[in-house]
Amino acid sequence: MNQQQKNRKTIRRLVLMAIGMFGFGFALWPLYNVFCDVTGLGGRAIQISENNNQAVASHRVVSIRFDATVNSSLPWVFQAKEKVHEYNLGVPSKALYLAMNPSDEALTGQATYNVAPPEASLYFVKTECFCFTEQTLQPHESREMPVYFYIKDDLPEHIKDITLSYTFYRQGYTPSGGMNHH
Amino acid sequence: MSTDITSNDLDHAHDGHDDHDHKPKGFLNRWLFTTNHKDIGTLYLFLSLIAFLVGGSMAMVIRAELFMPGLQLVEPDFFNQMTTMHALVMVFGAVMPAWVGFANWLVPMMVGAPDMALPRMNNWSFWILPFAFTMLLSTLFMDSGGPASGWTLYPPLVLQTGNSLAFVVFAVHMLGISSIMGSINIIATILNMRAPGMTLLRMPMFVWTWLITAFLLIAVMPVLAGAVTMLLTDHFFGTNFFNAAGGGDPVMFQHIFWFFGHPEVYIMILPAFGVISEILPTFSRKPLFGYSSMVYATATIAFLSFIVWAHHMFTVGMPLQGELFFMYATMLISVPTGVKVFNWVSTMWKGSMTFETPMLFAIGFVVLFTIGGFSGLMLAITAADFQYHDTYFVVAHFHYVLVPGAVFALMAATYYWLPKFTGNMYSEKWGKIHFWLSTIFVNVLFFPQHYLGLAGMPRRIPDYSPQFADFNMISSIGGFAFGATQLIFVGVILHCIFRSKVKATGQVWEGARGLEWTLSSPPPYHSFTTPPEVSHNMVRHAD
Repeated sequence: MNQQQKNRKTIRRLVLMAIGMFGFGFALWPLYNVFCDVTGLGGRAIQISENNNQAVASHRVVSIRFDATVNSSLPWVFQAKEKVHEYNLGVPSKALYLAMNPSDEALTGQATYNVAPPEASLYFVKTECFCFTEQTLQPHESREMPVYFYIKDDLPEHIKDITLSYTFYRQGYTPSGGMNHH
Repeated sequence: MSTDITSNDLDHAHDGHDDHDHKPKGFLNRWLFTTNHKDIGTLYLFLSLIAFLVGGSMAMVIRAELFMPGLQLVEPDFFNQMTTMHALVMVFGAVMPAWVGFANWLVPMMVGAPDMALPRMNNWSFWILPFAFTMLLSTLFMDSGGPASGWTLYPPLVLQTGNSLAFVVFAVHMLGISSIMGSINIIATILNMRAPGMTLLRMPMFVWTWLITAFLLIAVMPVLAGAVTMLLTDHFFGTNFFNAAGGGDPVMFQHIFWFFGHPEVYIMILPAFGVISEILPTFSRKPLFGYSSMVYATATIAFLSFIVWAHHMFTVGMPLQGELFFMYATMLISVPTGVKVFNWVSTMWKGSMTFETPMLFAIGFVVLFTIGGFSGLMLAITAADFQYHDTYFVVAHFHYVLVPGAVFALMAATYYWLPKFTGNMYSEKWGKIHFWLSTIFVNVLFFPQHYLGLAGMPRRIPDYSPQFADFNMISSIGGFAFGATQLIFVGVILHCIFRSKVKATGQVWEGARGLEWTLSSPPPYHSFTTPPEVSHNMVRHAD
């Protein structure tokens, strides 16, 4: 093989490596999500529809703390109706949040949620939640927002307390200071 | 490649018979269209010298504002733009292009090749850079200002940059393309164009460290390009990669960024290890101690650099197992690094040492880089890092490994090879003055910052509590003096190129070994057009 052919072969391989690593940078995004779902590190709960509810009731109880936050871009009042409550494992339950729009304009928000400790998120099953859809509140409207869930009965013994946290963001708001209407 | 040389020879066969080097005629032909590795190396080195002064001026703004508590000189937002741009310019404009410049000059001469493998691409990878920097620096003059988020460009803060963010992102893309092309060129040259007898394990350490650095660059620059592209689409096109409101995750940016960022710090320091491994044997008049362990240690450091990234983000809320993994993996790096430091000390042991300027900078590197390494070990301890994170202790740590580390190695390399490049000796007296002033003031500048950090002074903030006033003033005085000292460096270089009357011999240094020293000083414009035969006694090491 002469010099030029050898160089071409080297370049081809190295260019492929560079392109591959560019792809890998983007692939980190789904990989990271899969990793978090498998390990529970992102604090994402399990989501299923109510029909394939496989809850097995147990006598063990766990204390759940309900946390509520509103991003500063959204002028809402948002809180849990009951801050702490004890629940039996495996019993489908309901918790209520309360959102109020004190401003004079209709505002749309969407909530993200998080379960702590992350390990518990693998046992936290949500069957219905207001966080899956956009919520629009008319001026001065207030609304109860329910969460339906149960805790799997095989929750590890050492977990005695779980926190479920919601944060409401203004829909379409970008931190660059402008509104993106898409 | 060979076709270029022949066409050059043909073009200039008729003119300039006294110019037996066959340099292209005319300024534009010589510099803008050049495909000669030595000319391109020179261009890279001048660009990085300019960037060093530009980035240094930004550091002066930072130190001037921090001279006293309170806000004196600049607006906080401009201060933040200065910390961000200082880092971007120094990393991508001063240190990285300087190493590519030395690689261009030296790699072909060291392996006995006539030029780089891809001379035209070589021209392109250089000439992208001035445009990228113009774009990056122009953001400072835009309405929305330059990036002010720190060089790590963390969202959501960086997304508050106005439309100038697009310029920053495209500048980073161009810098990345330039680095990747440069790396492909260097790898192709090293793998395919070595002279007969120049086996891989006979290559000088500088060539080895650059080969490994080039692979690191190709592996991680595209990842940075991907990360900033995601920032761009999040900012302008409504994607939600890092926007929590849309289901994204800002912490994920930190993971992707540092997957690039940690190998990046080794990209800046591995060629420095190579240079030190060239200089210490020359002035100790002994072969490099433990050559093959140096090669394996470099490769080990490069591998480990891919699995330690999260030590930059211990405080984001990782699970304990993750923190322990990244802590132990990070501490593991001190093993191959220790191998290198002990090898350097053993190289000097019982050598007939002389202390010319390159040797002074090399010894300064070994001592001061090791101090930076030790503070890195302290930062690696997860529990302690919760105290040190985002304080001036971190600033002191990475400036110790980058300024008296990478930058001292660049200065050592400049003094060591400048007589070879120009054919003239530099002024030893002014070189030594430059070394001693730099060494004293770099410590006055950065050592107090350890104490500031341990006492809790946060980084990237233009104001501070009055308790930090004394150490900040000392640090600022050191900073101004260190900055002024570098004007001596510029003077020594210009004097050596244009004014020096003392001619250098081909070997330049009594103890110098290796192919580049077998050429004349300055080397012919086209060197090693016939490959040299490399024998065992021409290489530096004994094993």
